[in-house]
Amino acid sequence: METNRLIIVAVGGQGNLLASKVLAEAALLSDTPMRMSEIHGKAQRGGIVESSIVFGDAASPLITDGEADVLLGFEPSETLRALPRCSKNTKIITNIAPLPPFTVAIGLGVYPDIEEMKKIIRQETASLMAFDAMKLAKEAGSPLTMNIVLLGALLKAKGVAFTKGKMEEAIKRVTKPAFTEMNLKAFNLGFAVEA
Amino acid sequence: MHKLLNDSPGEEIMLLGNESIARGAIEAGVAFATTYPGTPSSEISLNLFQMSQETDLYFEYSTNEKVALEVAAASAIAGVRTMCMMKHVGLNVAADPLMTLAYVGIKGGLVILTADDPYMFSSQNEQDNRYYGKLSGLPVLEPSSVQEAKEMTKYAFELSEKVGEPVILRTTTRINHSSAFVSLGDMKKRETKGEFKRDPFKYVTVPAVARNLHVKLLENLDKTLAISEDCEENFIEGDGKFGVICNGVSYLYVSDAIKDLDLKGKIKILRIGLSNPLPGKMIKQFVGSCDKVLIVEEGEPFMEEAVKAFAQEEGIIIPIAGKSEQLFSRLYEYNPGLVREKMASFFGFDYTPATNIDSSKFPEIPQRPPNLCSGCSHRATFYELQAAAREMDIIVPTDIGCYTLGFLPPLNTGDLVICMGASISSACGFSEVTDKKVVPIIGDSTFFHSGITGLVNAVFNNHNLTLIILENGITAMTGHQPHPGVDMDELNFKGYNRISVEKVVRSLGIEHVTLIKPFKVKKSIEQIKEALAFKGVSVIISQEPCAIMLKNLKTRKLRPFKITDKCNNTRDCINSIACPSFFIEDDKVNIDPTTCVGCAVCAQICPENAIVPLKN
Ligand code: SF4
Ligand code: SF4
Repeated sequence: METNRLIIVAVGGQGNLLASKVLAEAALLSDTPMRMSEIHGKAQRGGIVESSIVFGDAASPLITDGEADVLLGFEPSETLRALPRCSKNTKIITNIAPLPPFTVAIGLGVYPDIEEMKKIIRQETASLMAFDAMKLAKEAGSPLTMNIVLLGALLKAKGVAFTKGKMEEAIKRVTKPAFTEMNLKAFNLGFAVEA
Repeated sequence: MHKLLNDSPGEEIMLLGNESIARGAIEAGVAFATTYPGTPSSEISLNLFQMSQETDLYFEYSTNEKVALEVAAASAIAGVRTMCMMKHVGLNVAADPLMTLAYVGIKGGLVILTADDPYMFSSQNEQDNRYYGKLSGLPVLEPSSVQEAKEMTKYAFELSEKVGEPVILRTTTRINHSSAFVSLGDMKKRETKGEFKRDPFKYVTVPAVARNLHVKLLENLDKTLAISEDCEENFIEGDGKFGVICNGVSYLYVSDAIKDLDLKGKIKILRIGLSNPLPGKMIKQFVGSCDKVLIVEEGEPFMEEAVKAFAQEEGIIIPIAGKSEQLFSRLYEYNPGLVREKMASFFGFDYTPATNIDSSKFPEIPQRPPNLCSGCSHRATFYELQAAAREMDIIVPTDIGCYTLGFLPPLNTGDLVICMGASISSACGFSEVTDKKVVPIIGDSTFFHSGITGLVNAVFNNHNLTLIILENGITAMTGHQPHPGVDMDELNFKGYNRISVEKVVRSLGIEHVTLIKPFKVKKSIEQIKEALAFKGVSVIISQEPCAIMLKNLKTRKLRPFKITDKCNNTRDCINSIACPSFFIEDDKVNIDPTTCVGCAVCAQICPENAIVPLKN
């Protein structure tokens, strides 16, 4: 089976752990081998959370710089920061609603311009899907569904090889029943984004 | 029911490495478990703690790792299957009991888990704890994958009972924090009661007894060696004239590299899973059948040095390499691409590494270091300390916890970190050799862990320092575990006692003890000033629960604040405390009402009184 190496970058609190749980469930439902590795030291305190997910026949759960097939970014400046993890062939899917780190507020850095970031990523890589996932999450009913919106876009961009049905089933199984409907709506809004 | 108590053998579920280890212990019938929390091992304890609420498994958060291992030792000596978990540096704290427990030995299986942290994702060093196996003469097991972590934990209990010694189970962060599908096995019944038969000439390690026990330890080590030569944990895979010897997660990288580089039939692997004592005979045979051998191990050249010595004994003269400038480093962790590249270059195969995107010409991306949470009481205390000491030149040795983050701007509070408890003891030294006021900072959990002894020392030797104890009622950093000062009733756990930090401090006869409420800014600054002026040992106890704990407990109503148009953009709030709830929009400071917990510290700092509750 082909290996597919996916990196998810997010900021603590953006719900990427749940997103990887959904992907794990979809992998189980689809009989796809999968391993993942998460670095979430101090995530609760606003740091960066990175997950490496390897689908298919590989033993390692870790992805070397330049070897990611897909990068899913929850925050635009973190997507840019993670670009050295990618090569020119990497597919990039990113949210563009910014979440500036506190260093910006205290004047220790300047938040890069969104259009400028998009331009750079487009120059450097094969494909970029950049959109305001936060807006769609709010449309679905809650900012907390942004992770699921991004999963919809990930599937649309063919960043993972699951069927839509399996992904929806995984969402149903993993998310809290009270929020399932909202999450499915979020997923479909993400899936409707033009690839 | 806890998911790790699922009694359907054969079922596959997605588990975190640490969950897999906890499940392995449960399948082995572990009945007694102790720990002091430490990343990356914390989730093992958390899961065992949760399961102890539903079963007859005994679990405790002990005061520190030394205590945890001593408690565990007695249980295992009495014949009960026992597990003791800690992070790698925790084993330094527990090294004292470890060394002599090896002489005494155990009856019920005792597995000591040490979680090493190459790259230091959440640690102050990246020491390689395999050496503790050598130092103590105890067996060391090292799993390579999440599934194997479960199987090896189970096996560790058996091995421990077979040789009558504790077994060190050594993981690295990439095992602890990886997830994979794990197939569940049968659960052995727990035997929770043991029996201790007096036998002083076996257990009381006075010199005359210990001399005999050391002989016994070496015999047990020989027993383990025989097992190491012939066990499933050490195996040879594939064939070829080239050989790779590897352990832990490196084995996965090596296996992938052989596949990716299409080297099947050219390179064989010796995977070492039982790494102390190393299987000398097996290694000699392996090396003897190769033209070239590469050792792939993160950390120190533990196996490499041994393999070279074995080869020397056999007179084998082939290239054997591992750590060198051209090959592998002793620093940080490895990855699949790195291992692939080094294997290709050492054995002389063509390989072009993937070119990653060069980010050197990108606009600078602002750093995103972790930060104290919104409304974290440490932020308030640090601000107040800096305000109180404005005219002074102070040294602030700090300690290990969330509050270590206070060293970052704009709080700039924290000048030295060595290890748990070192804040107070190092302050003793600074106070003698410098003329500066020394203000050590320690959290409540760390105070109980190993701060008390330093404070006793400070009082006895009459050092001049002002200790700040941050009493927030929880071990916050590692994921909110209890400690002896925690109000367990409030957390809905029955059967515990609570030890008051204040009473402990007062019982040492310290004259100048001040309690502050850090969310009362002005008053706290005055109180800290007064304590700093005292000559001798003074102690400030800053009392305010961890904001995240309160949020999780939902016991306090959040009252978010907002910034009114009285604000004239002096930005004192941001520049002095930088609460993460602040954000700038249209060049104006705003407060995010969804994260602000309403500590009101910023409101007290604002010179314009522009910060007020959102709703009155
Ligand atoms: S978890 Fe608690 S102690 Fe740690 S930074 Fe957050 S509020 Fe402060
Ligand atoms: S009141 Fe001020 S300092 Fe406290 S959490 Fe809210 S914004 Fe942060």
